Amino acid sequence: MTGSGPILTAEGLGHDFGRRMAFTAVDLALWPGEVLGIVGESGAGKTTLLRGLSAQLTPCRGRVLYGDRQGRQIDLYAQSEAERRLLLRTDWGIVHQNAADGLRMNVSAGGNVGERLMAVGERHYGQIRARAADWLARVDLDVGRLDELPSSFSGGMQQRLQIARTLVTAPRLVFMDEPTGGLDVSVQARLLDLLRRLVGQYGLAAVVVTHDLHVVRLLAHRLMVMKGGLVVESGLTDQVLDDPQHPYTQLLVSSVL
Amino acid sequence: MEQPSADTMIAIEGLAKRFVLHHQGGAEIPVLAGLDLTVRAGECVALVGPSGVGKSTILRCLYGNYLASAGHLWLRHDGRMVDLAALEPQAVLALRRQTIGYVSQFLRVVPRVPALDIVAEPLIADGLDEAAARRRAADLLSRLRIPPALWPLAPATFSGGEQQRVNIARGFAVAQPILLLDEPTAALDDGNRRTVVAMIGERKQAGTAIVGIFHDEAVRDQVADRLFDIAAARQAA
Amino acid sequence: MTGADYNFAYLDEQTKRMIRRAILKAVAIPGYQVPFAAREMPLPYGWGTGGIQVTAAVIGPDDVLKVIDQGADDTTNAVSIRRFFRRMAGVATTEHTAEATIIQTRHRIPETPLAAGQILVYQVPIPEPLRWLEPRDTETRRMHALRDYGAMQVNLYEDIARHGAIAKSYDYPVLVNGHYIMSPSPIPKFDNPKMDRSPALQLFGAGRERRIYAVPPHTPVRSLDFDDYPFTVQRWDECCALCGATDSFLDEMIMDDRGSRLFICSDSDYCRGRQGAGEAAE
Repeated sequence: MTGSGPILTAEGLGHDFGRRMAFTAVDLALWPGEVLGIVGESGAGKTTLLRGLSAQLTPCRGRVLYGDRQGRQIDLYAQSEAERRLLLRTDWGIVHQNAADGLRMNVSAGGNVGERLMAVGERHYGQIRARAADWLARVDLDVGRLDELPSSFSGGMQQRLQIARTLVTAPRLVFMDEPTGGLDVSVQARLLDLLRRLVGQYGLAAVVVTHDLHVVRLLAHRLMVMKGGLVVESGLTDQVLDDPQHPYTQLLVSSVL
Repeated sequence: MEQPSADTMIAIEGLAKRFVLHHQGGAEIPVLAGLDLTVRAGECVALVGPSGVGKSTILRCLYGNYLASAGHLWLRHDGRMVDLAALEPQAVLALRRQTIGYVSQFLRVVPRVPALDIVAEPLIADGLDEAAARRRAADLLSRLRIPPALWPLAPATFSGGEQQRVNIARGFAVAQPILLLDEPTAALDDGNRRTVVAMIGERKQAGTAIVGIFHDEAVRDQVADRLFDIAAARQAA
Repeated sequence: MTGADYNFAYLDEQTKRMIRRAILKAVAIPGYQVPFAAREMPLPYGWGTGGIQVTAAVIGPDDVLKVIDQGADDTTNAVSIRRFFRRMAGVATTEHTAEATIIQTRHRIPETPLAAGQILVYQVPIPEPLRWLEPRDTETRRMHALRDYGAMQVNLYEDIARHGAIAKSYDYPVLVNGHYIMSPSPIPKFDNPKMDRSPALQLFGAGRERRIYAVPPHTPVRSLDFDDYPFTVQRWDECCALCGATDSFLDEMIMDDRGSRLFICSDSDYCRGRQGAGEAAE
């Protein structure tokens, strides 16, 4: 966790849908190489917050700063949309809960992984293909399936393909929304193991939204607990889970089977 | 805090810990109050007292796993005393990486991660390259008599004693200057118990300050320089 | 019937102004699709309603008009559009590429190189080259604005992965002036190189989709490709059975039930010109 400052900072962040508050008064600082978990029940505002942090939704209040590779702090929503999109194609990555949202289902596995390379100007077919194959191997997918469509893959394989597609441009910051949602328990464990390994190996900073406390226990250094659009508790993951302070967190922890 | 002597590694001042159970009528369970304890470099302090008196709670507070309700937890980190109770989570993580080692009672296994990687992980996090970390992890596992055939396997299927030894290897992997031990020998046979006692002795020699819970009195007598009776301390306070 | 009861070139002057404004904007931003309020025209969508409106907006009494469909001057669509303008604008028409000041075309660029001062008007069915990968118009417009074109390249990648080469042989996407990706309309990719730095003005009209775009004279137009799979055009082992041309786009004709085949120039004017030159030389 080196670098001259946080890689992502939120100050007084808030968003409303019409008169309904989605989340409000969120402050956070994420450091390079650090994984932040955001937990809470459905409707707590986690996913909207993730979208607000990751340039997918312009929040009504507050600001988001990104600490870039040169050590500058960039005000995300003061940037032009072109600059934000460039960031999303290069330094950032997003892993969606539904692989279908993050993949092109009518495009081969290799094309899916190669897209981000092509989006940043890579124009050598052989090299794009070689890097796509390399990434399939890194996420434990059979390289022989490079030309197959994701629709022929299982849910867990699709999710791993989505991760390969996201990491191929070596992003520094990854946003994940329920990365293990909707998968079988054994498949979940394998995916979590992979994510843990990749996060450690590439020193990724990540924000992971989930309602699954096992996921954050294994993946996140720090934890934020949300309820009704507010952050009710935050701290080290093991501390929040083992010594929860807020009534809601206690309920959440005690509800785990 | 008062001026600590140069070899003070841990200085607990007025530590209190109570649990508030919001879903049981806000019941308040006081566990620790007004606790003071100082541990010097190279010293091993054994926490004693009946079960439920808060021995593990002290260790967990010292590791930042539990939040202190009141008081200070001064730890020597990077050559100066810092109050763990007042640190940001980010700083607590740095403290754990560099300064505090912790062997918990049970290994919290990560599904599918091989034993060797579990032990090597803190070494890699400390900045060692992967090959060297694996060599050091292999040395530790060998010393604790984990057969090499088990190294590539995830410890979920190991026996209690094997899991505990993997846990000890992980906790001893990085030689942090402060070491917290929660029943490290509970599930071990004589041979392995002797090994762990020897390992603790070596760390004391190297100047590590150790706070531990040892139910095995023989082990306790061999490693502890001093006993800290929590019940007595509570009455005195 | 005569055109006396209609305004010159059928459209009213207000409409022409509106279309000319769209054309000017399109010329100013090469490759950018300018929306315009397409009018109902006396022919069905898909028959060149966009091209005919563009032509009507730029044509003057002194212009000489040529209309081709798949390279030929004598197909129904070409004949009826040519007759339409003869009646509605009273302009001269021609089948000779070199004589025309305005050439309205469906699916071809003439083989005879165009010259400065000529206008080539393309009829366009689907102006949006990103349509196959993104159905939302708001999103494709944003992709163009931000040059977010990775997905377009993926299309070509998929071709090579599946077929060993880029299989797209017509409506082959191009990058205009280093910025916008543009559909060249369904011309064969054989014609793509003719667009690059052409001295003629190229205008594109899509009636149903209500878009006009343009490539001004001398604008760089590059066909998308990969470094190791460069863009190539179709080649034939045969030459034209009528004029012997080896450098033109050939149509394959099935001559009888036994499958005898003949290759002839798709550009009928070019073919006739070569035949005439050949006879003259004899």
